Amino acid sequence: MSTASAAGPLLSVQDLGVTFGTADGPVRAVDGVSFDLTEGRTLGIVGESGSGKSVTAKALMNLLPSYAEVEGSITFGGRDLRALAAARERHFWGVELTMVFQDPMTSLNPVKRIGEQIAECLRVHLGRSRKVATAEALDLLERVGIPEPRKRLRQYPHELSGGLRQRVVIAMALACGPRLLIADEPTTALDVTVQKHILDLLDDLRRERAMSMILITHDLGVVKGRADDVMVMYGGRTMESAETPTLFGRMHHPYTRALLETIPRIDAPAHTRLVPIPGRPPSPAEVGRSCPFAARCRHRIDDCLDGVPPLVPVPVGAAGAEGAEDASHHSACIVSVGSDGRGDS
Amino acid sequence: MAGSGTDHLRDPAAHDDVVLRVEHLVQEFPAGRSGGRRQVVHAVSDVSLDVRRGETLGIVGESGCGKSTTARALVQLPPPTSGRVVLDPGAATEVEMVALSGSALRAVRPRMQMIFQDPISSLNPRRSVRDIVGEGLAIWSKASDGLHQQARVDEVLEAVGIDPEVAATRRPHQFSGGQCQRISIARAVVMDPEILICDEPVSALDVSVQAQILNLLEDMKERYGLTLVFISHDLSVVRNVSDRVAVMYLGKLCEVGDADALYERPAHPYTRVLLASAPEPAPTVDPSDADIGDEIPSPIDPPSGCRFRTRCPRATDRCASEEPVMRQVGDDHFVACHFPSI
Ligand SMILES: Nc1ncnc2c1ncn2[C@@H]1O[C@H](COP(=O)(O)OP(=O)(O)O)[C@@H](O)[C@H]1O
Ligand SMILES: Nc1ncnc2c1ncn2[C@@H]1O[C@H](COP(=O)(O)OP(=O)(O)O)[C@@H](O)[C@H]1O
Ligand code: SF4
Ligand code: SF4
Ligand SMILES: [Mg+2]
Ligand SMILES: [Mg+2]
Repeated sequence: MSTASAAGPLLSVQDLGVTFGTADGPVRAVDGVSFDLTEGRTLGIVGESGSGKSVTAKALMNLLPSYAEVEGSITFGGRDLRALAAARERHFWGVELTMVFQDPMTSLNPVKRIGEQIAECLRVHLGRSRKVATAEALDLLERVGIPEPRKRLRQYPHELSGGLRQRVVIAMALACGPRLLIADEPTTALDVTVQKHILDLLDDLRRERAMSMILITHDLGVVKGRADDVMVMYGGRTMESAETPTLFGRMHHPYTRALLETIPRIDAPAHTRLVPIPGRPPSPAEVGRSCPFAARCRHRIDDCLDGVPPLVPVPVGAAGAEGAEDASHHSACIVSVGSDGRGDS
Repeated sequence: MAGSGTDHLRDPAAHDDVVLRVEHLVQEFPAGRSGGRRQVVHAVSDVSLDVRRGETLGIVGESGCGKSTTARALVQLPPPTSGRVVLDPGAATEVEMVALSGSALRAVRPRMQMIFQDPISSLNPRRSVRDIVGEGLAIWSKASDGLHQQARVDEVLEAVGIDPEVAATRRPHQFSGGQCQRISIARAVVMDPEILICDEPVSALDVSVQAQILNLLEDMKERYGLTLVFISHDLSVVRNVSDRVAVMYLGKLCEVGDADALYERPAHPYTRVLLASAPEPAPTVDPSDADIGDEIPSPIDPPSGCRFRTRCPRATDRCASEEPVMRQVGDDHFVACHFPSI
């Protein structure tokens, strides 16, 4: 890890902004998002629907429609991705940088045999012969835990369960040996038992292949045990980001805290009263000039409506030296809220 | 077959407050022919359940295990292939729903109301929200007093947190998903049901809105004296709202019991799998409990004996030949397994 950080992060996103031009006017889906991803680590991006997670991922994957206006910079392995995209140098999307979507059918061709689809990636991107590609496809299916892989090579996607289809998509995403795999809610449509197995598989593969991963989810619980770093998004912006143990141990932002408190716990007795968050998540049309969470925040003060709070380092507080900051822990809240969840006021 | 029996039903002699009793419920759907043989989907196979007045019964299980089919069979949409659905069993007001048809069935319908996962599509897009909520009342109410009905509609709208004035002029699409679920709760509660059946009521909602609806259901239960049947695939949500929980797998019950007892001392291997697979696994199980195969057998040709045996880490020959029946393993705790963890 130390050598990787000495060489700089694998991925660096600075001030990413995405605005869609729509019939109802501009929609600001992502606003000023910055993060670094160190080689070999998993970054969890957590947020509710509409918070800008998928748009962020699509910006990295160069998959946004032409009516999306993108700002900011994306550097991957030292290369400027936006410049590469502008120059139509598409060769490394799908090779060094790949993505798994929530719905496996987004990536699968319904009328093509599974073996052919995986082999095609290998032939197109890596120039493998048909024979070699088919042999590698078989190995990949085996590696992602598909039973009877030889038989599956000849099957069509509709002959597989949702969980197996997602494994096939993971095999395709791995085919060219990516350095970064983006998994966007890869298990949201799957049952819990299958979900656990797929997340475990992704984790094993990341370790084994020394890949980096961005794991996108709406579920704080999913990232808790699996991500090295977490970034919490709301209303298109980053609310809080930290190494995972820091985030859960010294949660700072009122939204992160509210999210954790509002989710029923599997180990809490029946009828434990839940702490609701009033209102509903903002629509991107409402993204304005104040804290995105202000309308629902119980710590709000007048100043929260006056400008968008910047993402700033969180002081370590009483436990650390006076005034010390945790370089990895950032929060976009102008009100200092104690680590026990109560405001200092 | 995996998990039949009725030992978990409450003894009517000891409990005179059972409002709903389901016995040996079977629901089969035609599934075409194969090799000249008529095939059927065994969606629900010999499920027995009961609910006491004011209780919340949670039903949990993965998709396809028969939760929605069970819920719909309770309200006779459609009536089950076989089995009994009895309201007020043993009381003078006892009604056997399955035997009813026509006007007799319509007369008992208001007593059991349902809400669904997708609140927006379950509401008529062309009518005002106030009209939608009042619709059932206008059709069913014996008192044809319009003013009285309107007052009832407005009272219930306020109880679910929707302004009646606003509801009078707006249609469902002008409300958010969470508000639409409030509206569908109002539409059900306005009928003054004894039992509210909730089929995945928060599964389509954002987590920040989910708690609002779960708390609202608890409040409505208190305020209107409701009994709840609450269905979800989310184990944490089910524990939070339920007094008693039933775990289903492939059309059968695995385990039934007091919510806290079942989560603290899960006895059925499948319950343990579910608890160990949750994003944040329950501390009462071992992480390795989640290590099972992913392939769920087809409900057209379910496994003999215990239906869970093809994935169960504890399965033996006996599990293939003999169906486990519900037996008591704790105070209010029952399990259908030959080798429970207790
Ligand atoms: N192609 C598009 N055109 C217009 N708006 C879009 C488009 N894609 C996404 N959006 C909007 O951007 C916001 C963020 O979307 P998204 O990133 O998909 O959220 P999520 O966090 O659920 O993945 C949403 O409100 C969505 O409606
Ligand atoms: N009308 C129907 N015709 C045929 N099969 C059905 C029908 N309704 C449900 N099923 C099947 O019955 C099983 C149980 O379904 P369901 O009750 O919807 O499960 P759950 O609600 O637990 O996800 C599934 O295999 C489903 O495909
Ligand atoms: S900036 Fe203000 S409104 Fe926003 S989260 Fe902090 S306290 Fe709440
Ligand atoms: S031990 Fe046997 S009876 Fe019990 S769940 Fe497993 S297969 Fe079924
Ligand atoms: Mg998304
Ligand atoms: Mg269902």
